[in-house]
Amino acid sequence: MTSPRANRPLLEVDGLRVEFPTRRGTLVAVDGVSFHIDPGEVLGVVGESGAGKSLTGAAIIGLIEPPGRIAGGRVTLDGRRIDDLPYEEMRRIRGRQIGAVFQDPLTSLNPLYTIGRQLVETICTHLDVTPQQARARAITLLQEVGITAAERRIDHYPHQFSGGMRQRVVIALALCANPRLIIADEPTTALDVSIQAQIIALLKKLCREHGAAVMLVTHDMGVIAETADRVAVMYAGRIAEIGPVRDVIKRPKHPYTIGLMGSIPTIGRNVERLTQIDGAMPRLDAIPPGCAFNPRCPKAFDRCRGERPEAMAIEHGQVACWLYANGRMGER
Amino acid sequence: MIAFIVRRLLQSVVVMLVVGFVAFSLFAYVGDPITIMLGQDFTELDAARIRRDLGLDQPFFVQFAHFVVNAVQGHFGISYRLARPVDQLIAERLPATLELSFVAASLALALGLPMGVYTGLHRDSWLSRVMLTLSLVGVSLPTFLIGILLILFFSVILGWLPSFGRGTTVHLGWWTTGFLTTSGLKALILPSITLGLFQMTLIMRLVRAEMLEVLRTDYVKFARARGLPNRAVHFGHALKNTLVPVITITGLQLGALIAFAIITETVFQWPGMGLLFIQSVSFADVPVMAAYLCLVAFFFVVINLIVDLLYYAVDPRLRIDRAVSGGHTV
Ligand SMILES: Nc1ncnc2c1ncn2[C@@H]1O[C@H](COP(=O)(O)OP(=O)(O)O)[C@@H](O)[C@H]1O
Ligand code: SF4
Ligand SMILES: [Mg+2]
Repeated sequence: MTSPRANRPLLEVDGLRVEFPTRRGTLVAVDGVSFHIDPGEVLGVVGESGAGKSLTGAAIIGLIEPPGRIAGGRVTLDGRRIDDLPYEEMRRIRGRQIGAVFQDPLTSLNPLYTIGRQLVETICTHLDVTPQQARARAITLLQEVGITAAERRIDHYPHQFSGGMRQRVVIALALCANPRLIIADEPTTALDVSIQAQIIALLKKLCREHGAAVMLVTHDMGVIAETADRVAVMYAGRIAEIGPVRDVIKRPKHPYTIGLMGSIPTIGRNVERLTQIDGAMPRLDAIPPGCAFNPRCPKAFDRCRGERPEAMAIEHGQVACWLYANGRMGER
Repeated sequence: MIAFIVRRLLQSVVVMLVVGFVAFSLFAYVGDPITIMLGQDFTELDAARIRRDLGLDQPFFVQFAHFVVNAVQGHFGISYRLARPVDQLIAERLPATLELSFVAASLALALGLPMGVYTGLHRDSWLSRVMLTLSLVGVSLPTFLIGILLILFFSVILGWLPSFGRGTTVHLGWWTTGFLTTSGLKALILPSITLGLFQMTLIMRLVRAEMLEVLRTDYVKFARARGLPNRAVHFGHALKNTLVPVITITGLQLGALIAFAIITETVFQWPGMGLLFIQSVSFADVPVMAAYLCLVAFFFVVINLIVDLLYYAVDPRLRIDRAVSGGHTV
């Protein structure tokens, strides 16, 4: 590894574009997304269903399912470009450098194998250890994620655990090889509301202890407010606004974000169910010209319907909205 | 586990009793054994004596009980057609059918499984397309036609393989085997391909469909996201999850192979139970028919039992033990 510059981001995504070729033309599901994540940082990603959050995460770990493909841009991990690596090299990065936590713990684990087998298998894939050492490490990890009697529970099958416990196992699996980045795609959406906060707190605590940065995709603004350092708001395959969580929540800039933050966020508030903004996000084959948000935007003006706004620097972040071009800052 | 086996055994007994009842009913409805045995000229006295000897004067359920007791011991009476004990006839024919079915099933599994995995993993390769197209042919051609075509090509035109019979067989106790001689092995080739082809294409298509299904699941995606090598993902995680349906179908198909060997045995004049059965049907040889029915049902029941036990071995979710799963939930 080259000596890292002190202020170099861990992950840089630059102009990422994900496409799906279809019979009726190419659908662009992620369109020129750029952001970075610093070492140890938690970046929250919010946006309505279909905004492109999951695909952005999948593109970073190199698991876009064909016929989908990365059609442009670059992904750099710790200074090394990873979006164009051969499958085998990218495989060694998955789990080792970038871990993943999926949405549904009930389906993330193979039902036919004990959780111990799945942990040991992952550890042995990435680390140079004996099976005994791997098992010892697996037990330690299970204890860390709060599973009691880990020595005994390690030999149990997934169906013998509750949903919340299974998500703890999934987190342990993601942390197996001490990755530098965890991509958590709605890790609590499928869980009972009463345990969502526990799991998020656990994820945050463990990632801090293991020195892992997190890309946390969620619908829950409350979770973002409590957990994230910065937040990216996605709309129709693009980033509408990105910045420090305090700024974005307290003083949102983009009209879409303003709509999302219609009231003070509390835990359990679900972006998907917000009715602050009239209309729905356009389908991929019907994204309007100009700003994708313009049909729903209360502030839309002529330029919005003709030209597409690119990300513009503001204070500590960026916003893609013509209102903030050429010093029109904050005029609303 | 024990309770499970006992329950399945009891179910099996019930199934066998029902089949036994159907087989027994054949005696009552297909021809009158007295007329068949005595021919045209007999006195009423003769008839009554034989009726008493055979126990036919007794109440229906007593007769059925006799039938069951005898059947359990393997006694099905005397063949009307060949005038020999049915159990002997069956014992002579059983090895031929079982060896044929076994080879056909092994062939179907040994080729169908890897082909299914391959076509599932490499969906768009030309080889997959070739296999799928050929399998369509295999599914749509009737068995007897495949047999006749094989005979035409390999026996008549090329003269490589025999077109009928088992070749030279070797006696191992009461069992006769074709596995130990070259001519026996050669004789097995065409009939087992004929019998196994349909099963092979079925298994291949099933494994392929299951693989495609399993490869889409979250746990396979998550296994990839954990950086596991393709080999582990495909064979460790994906293939194992396709096994439950594959075991079911293969088990059922093995039973079907034994039952449907009738056609193949007829085409190849294979001296097995199927051929015996066909000949017995045209002579209304009820004891042989009844024995055949019971035996095939018995094989189905045994295979089903084994399939259930295999499920148990493969899928831990069936091995429910509540003592462990309780208590530790969030
Ligand atoms: N296999 C696919 N084929 C076509 N479109 C897809 C496919 N997968 C995802 N998409 C589209 O890409 C967009 C972004 O999806 P996704 O990243 O899953 O959204 P999010 O996670 O933000 O809800 C959606 O509009 C979805 O319809
Ligand atoms: S660019 Fe125009 S339409 Fe788009 S969010 Fe800004 S004001 Fe609204
Ligand atoms: Mg998603």
